[in-house]
Amino acid sequence: MDGTEQRETAQAAPSVIDRYYTRWYRADMKGKPCEDHCVLQHSNRICVITLAETHPILQSGRTVKSINYQISNGCSRLNNKVSGKSKRGGQFLTDFAPLCRITCTDETEYTIYSCIRGRLLEVNEDILKRPALLLEKPSTEGYIAVILPKFEESKSITENLLSREEFEEVVSKRAAAQTQPS
Amino acid sequence: MLPLKDKDKPLVQKLLAAGCCARCVLRFCCVGLHAAYRQPCQDSLKELQAFVSDAENGKSEQAAAPEPAEGNSTSHDALEQSVSEAQADGASRVCVCCLGILQQLSEHTQAVKVCVAVKAENYEFDSLVLSVSLPAQLCVREVSVYVCVCVCLLGCVFCWFQSVFEVGVEFTHPETDADCHFLVCSPSLQSVFTRMAVVKALEKIPADKFLKHYPCPPPRPAGSCSFQDVQCLHVAVFVAGRYNKFCRSLPQTPWVIDGERRMESSVEELIAAPILSAFRADGFNFSSSGREDVDVRTLGNGRPFAMELLNPHRSRLSRAEMKQLQEAINKSSDKIRVRDLQIVTREATGRMKEGEEEKTKSYTALVWTQKPVQKDDIAFLDEIKELSIDQKTPLRVLHRRALAVRQRLVHSMSTRLLDPHHFYLSLKTQAGTYIKEFVHGDFGRTKPNLCELLKTDTDILELDVESVDVDWPPAIPE
Repeated sequence: MDGTEQRETAQAAPSVIDRYYTRWYRADMKGKPCEDHCVLQHSNRICVITLAETHPILQSGRTVKSINYQISNGCSRLNNKVSGKSKRGGQFLTDFAPLCRITCTDETEYTIYSCIRGRLLEVNEDILKRPALLLEKPSTEGYIAVILPKFEESKSITENLLSREEFEEVVSKRAAAQTQPS
Repeated sequence: MLPLKDKDKPLVQKLLAAGCCARCVLRFCCVGLHAAYRQPCQDSLKELQAFVSDAENGKSEQAAAPEPAEGNSTSHDALEQSVSEAQADGASRVCVCCLGILQQLSEHTQAVKVCVAVKAENYEFDSLVLSVSLPAQLCVREVSVYVCVCVCLLGCVFCWFQSVFEVGVEFTHPETDADCHFLVCSPSLQSVFTRMAVVKALEKIPADKFLKHYPCPPPRPAGSCSFQDVQCLHVAVFVAGRYNKFCRSLPQTPWVIDGERRMESSVEELIAAPILSAFRADGFNFSSSGREDVDVRTLGNGRPFAMELLNPHRSRLSRAEMKQLQEAINKSSDKIRVRDLQIVTREATGRMKEGEEEKTKSYTALVWTQKPVQKDDIAFLDEIKELSIDQKTPLRVLHRRALAVRQRLVHSMSTRLLDPHHFYLSLKTQAGTYIKEFVHGDFGRTKPNLCELLKTDTDILELDVESVDVDWPPAIPE
């Protein structure tokens, strides 16, 4: 290899996410303030659902008590099984399908939602074993789920989501609103 | 002189009267002598007519014509009349049985036409197989003639022998295509009248049913078969070698999305272009022992590949010519290089695919670390041997692969520090290991990964394949 090739500094190095994924956001999920979700969309259309940096779970020094993938009596996301190249058997999700419920040590409870339509491929079991992972690495090892949208819908799923710039605008408006006297 | 006996005379009479051409008459008389068919059709017809006339003018103790099967029977007078008709214009009449294929269409002029067409395509060959495609209704007509004369149905006279070059000649006779339609009532035949299907249906249909639907002898056609295009096909030739890839923006196969090409050229196109023109082939199928990503270089001895050349007009190149071809490829682009270029058999290409699953590969990766590192911080990696890792299907290929966990071995590693945030990592791994995911962890879905081992975020900036440890194809000394 050529040692004289350009090397990026720690700050400028585009991460794996920067290189291969597009960030999309849904802010104030189901009207709940600041419960922001992030959808990392790979160029091959696969989506990874994570908490956005602004989500309450990641604020105010909270710690996670438990994570529950049993979203109803009949349905646990842990039972999701896909087989074959076409991923048959995966639970089909709509935008507001719950993925899991997270309870923090201060008894606050949050539901994380799918954000997009598609087939559930996997949920992150590592955060069950080690909930701290969710706080340490919310955008990578602490991801929530992986979803495969239908081929025909791969572009349209982002229509209801905010781009990075749009999301940052929303966030800065919130900050401005908070500093204004009520 | 035709090898016919007295006992054949009634049969010959019958067949001539029915409207068969000379060669079909000879077929039904079980004449196997090739010379009898080689002489011009007209000459054979004249001889047959003379043969039959002798019988007419000769003694009357000739054997009586065998009783025809149920159905049509012609009186002796009618037979005489049709024989003389045959004598009169036998030359121009289209045979009711072969529809002209064994008449004019098998004469010298026709053969010359086929030769000219084949020569024009400029193939190189020692031997050929002549494949003749006949209208399916010939089967029906043959059965009809058979029923008419009650002798064993003879098969075709065409010989087959092994060859790699096939010349296909197709005859059609639209006028009589409907001959087969009555067979539709047979369960084995739907609406597609292929020769196979017609033969099967004829095997099953009982004689009386056949006679009810189809005249015996067959009706006379107005015109003869027409001869379609000549089609030539040479069996595929396989060219193998090893390729290097020096470019980080070259896909292995053409990258086309929605009809639009996303990246200029590809490994297979760069290799194929000179080979296709040297062998004058119509197309190719490229395969290799594994693949590398667009942004990965292939160094060292290169990766084994095999190229199937479709319908090559040229199939043999000497060692020197293969060497020249290799040089031509290497000169054509600095993005790739090939070596050990050679012609191989189809069977030999199996060796290449076994390499994909079983053999080890070596890589060098340029790794970035978030925290600053020193030589001592990474030295321990050099000591790790036979590290077993579990890799869930990487997200970047998950759209086209099944979701699964694959256990793989990293046999050994070695490091070379570049600066506090970069070092080169060389690895020797089991086939099928995803190197990029081992380095950055793929959202923690590959475990263990380099981030965990070094306790810092890591990423892979560059990857090179150093060697693909498959000992095929055989090396060719420069």
